[in-house]
Amino acid sequence: MSSPGSRFPLMASLATALVGLGDWALFAGRAFAGVMRRSFPARELLRVAFEVGYASVGVVAITGLFIGMVLAVQAYGQFHTIGLDTSLGAVIHISVVRELGPVLAAMMLAGRVGSAMAAELATMRVTEQLDALACLGVDPVKYLVAPRVLACIVLLPLLTVLADAMGLLGSSLICLHVYQIDSYHYWRHTQEFVKVWDVLSGLAKAVVFGGVLSLIACHRGFHGQAGATGVGRAATEAFVLSFVAILVLDFFMAMFINTLDGLLWPSPAKVV
Amino acid sequence: MSDTPIIEFHNVGMRFGTQQVLAGIEFAILPHQTVCIIGESGCGKTVLLKLVVGLLKPTEGEVRFEGTPVHRLSERALTRMRLRVGFLFQQAALFDSLNVFDNVAFGLRAKGGMREAEISPRVRERLQEVGLPQTAETKMPAELSGGMRKRVGLARALALDPDAMLYDEPTTGLDPIMTDVINELIVQTRQRRPVTSVVVTHEMRTVQKCADRVVMLYPQARLEVGEPQVLYDGPADGLATATDARVRQFVEGDARGRLRDAQ
Repeated sequence: MSSPGSRFPLMASLATALVGLGDWALFAGRAFAGVMRRSFPARELLRVAFEVGYASVGVVAITGLFIGMVLAVQAYGQFHTIGLDTSLGAVIHISVVRELGPVLAAMMLAGRVGSAMAAELATMRVTEQLDALACLGVDPVKYLVAPRVLACIVLLPLLTVLADAMGLLGSSLICLHVYQIDSYHYWRHTQEFVKVWDVLSGLAKAVVFGGVLSLIACHRGFHGQAGATGVGRAATEAFVLSFVAILVLDFFMAMFINTLDGLLWPSPAKVV
Repeated sequence: MSDTPIIEFHNVGMRFGTQQVLAGIEFAILPHQTVCIIGESGCGKTVLLKLVVGLLKPTEGEVRFEGTPVHRLSERALTRMRLRVGFLFQQAALFDSLNVFDNVAFGLRAKGGMREAEISPRVRERLQEVGLPQTAETKMPAELSGGMRKRVGLARALALDPDAMLYDEPTTGLDPIMTDVINELIVQTRQRRPVTSVVVTHEMRTVQKCADRVVMLYPQARLEVGEPQVLYDGPADGLATATDARVRQFVEGDARGRLRDAQ
C-alpha cells in the first residue's frame, strides 16, 4: 500500500518544510533566550565578532566600491541621453543605501561567515563536541548560537554602513572624475533625495538579515550529517538558504517599508 | 554496596526512522559497579549511553537515574543530573578552540561556584591523575595523540567529581600499550573514588580488566547480562590474545547462550 507521502509528494514536501520551519523557529527562540540571558562567555562573543566584523571588512568594502562604480557606468548612458546627468548620484545612492548596501553586505556575510559557521558547528556535531557541551551542563544552542546571532545582528548594520559608504565613493569616483559630472548639482540632488529614513530602513533590513542568516547557518550546522560530505552539505545549504531568505525578506521588507513611508509621509498626490 | 540501582533500563526501545536499534532492554546497574557493554557495531551500545544522559530520548520504555525517568526531568534537573555523570566520548570530543587546560576546566567554569584559584589546582590534579605532564596544559587538541586526547577527555569528565562515569569505546583506535594504559585508568578511577562505571567496548581486555558485570547486546536487540568470568570459560585461548574478531566470535558463536545459562 502506498503511503500518503508517495501519493501526494507536494503535500509531503510542504509538511516537511513546515516541520523544518517550526524546528527552526524553536531553535531561534532558544538562541534569543541565550542572547537575553547572556549564556555565553565574553571571549566567545569577541572571537565570533572578530570573524564576523573585522575579517569581513575587506570583502564588504571591495564589493560596495565596485557595485557603486558599476551602477554609475551602467546608468550614465541613459541619464546622459535625457540630460539628467546630475541626478545620477541621487538614483545610485538611494539604491545603494536602501537595497544594495544591506543585501550585498548580507550576502557577503552569508558566503564568508555563514558557511563557515555551518561547517564549524556541523564538525562539532559530528565529533560529538555538541554532546560534550550538553554533558558538561551547557546548552549548546545558548552557548554557541547566541553569540553568533548577536554578533551578526550588531555587526551586519555596521558592515552595511561600510558598504553604503564605499558604494557612494565608487559611484562618485566614476561620475565626478570619469564622466566629469558637475559635483555641486550631483551632491545637491543626492541631499534632496536621500533621506535619513532611507539609510535607517537599509540598516533595519541589515539587522533582520543578520539574525536570519546566522540562525539559518547555525541551524544547518546543528543538523549536519556525519562525514566530510555532511559537513560540506551543511555549509552549502546554509549559504543557499540564507541567500534565498535574504532576497525573499528583502522584497517583503521593501513592501512594508514603502507602505510605512507612505503612511508617515504621505505624498501630495496621495493627499489630493 | 547499595541494592538500589543508580541506572535502570525499563523495557527500553529506540527507533531511528524505520530502523529499530533497541527493543525491550531491561537491566539495572548498581552503585559503584563497573559494567561493560559489548556487542557488534551498530547494535546500539552507544545509544544506551546517550539515553542515560538524556542526549537521546527512548521511543519506548524509560531510562531511570536514581529512580527518576531521565526524559521526564526538567531542563534544570537534567543539567544537574548531567553534571553528576562524566562522559568519555569515543573520539574524546575535546573542544577544538580551547587548549588542554581550558578543556578540563570547562565544566568547572560552566558549573560556576568556583574561583579560578580553586579551578587551577583541580585541573592540574586531574591531569596528573590521568598521567599527563604539566607541559601538556597549553597544547591544543589538534597537537595531541589519540591516547592523550582520551586522557584529557577523561580528566575533563573527572574534573566535576562525577557519581557515574560513562565510557564510549575508550580504547578504540589505540595501540595495545595505550589500551592497557586507558584500561588501567578506568580501574584506578574506580579505586580512587566511589564511582559507578559503564564501559561500552569491543576490547575483551577491557572487559577482563574492568568489568564486574557484562551486558552483551545482540543485533536482534536481545541482551544477556552476567559475570564476565563466563566469557573466559571454555576452550577459548584466554582473553590475553583476544581481538575484535574474537569479540565477534563471542557475540556470534561461543558466548551466545553462555551468559544466559550462567544466570
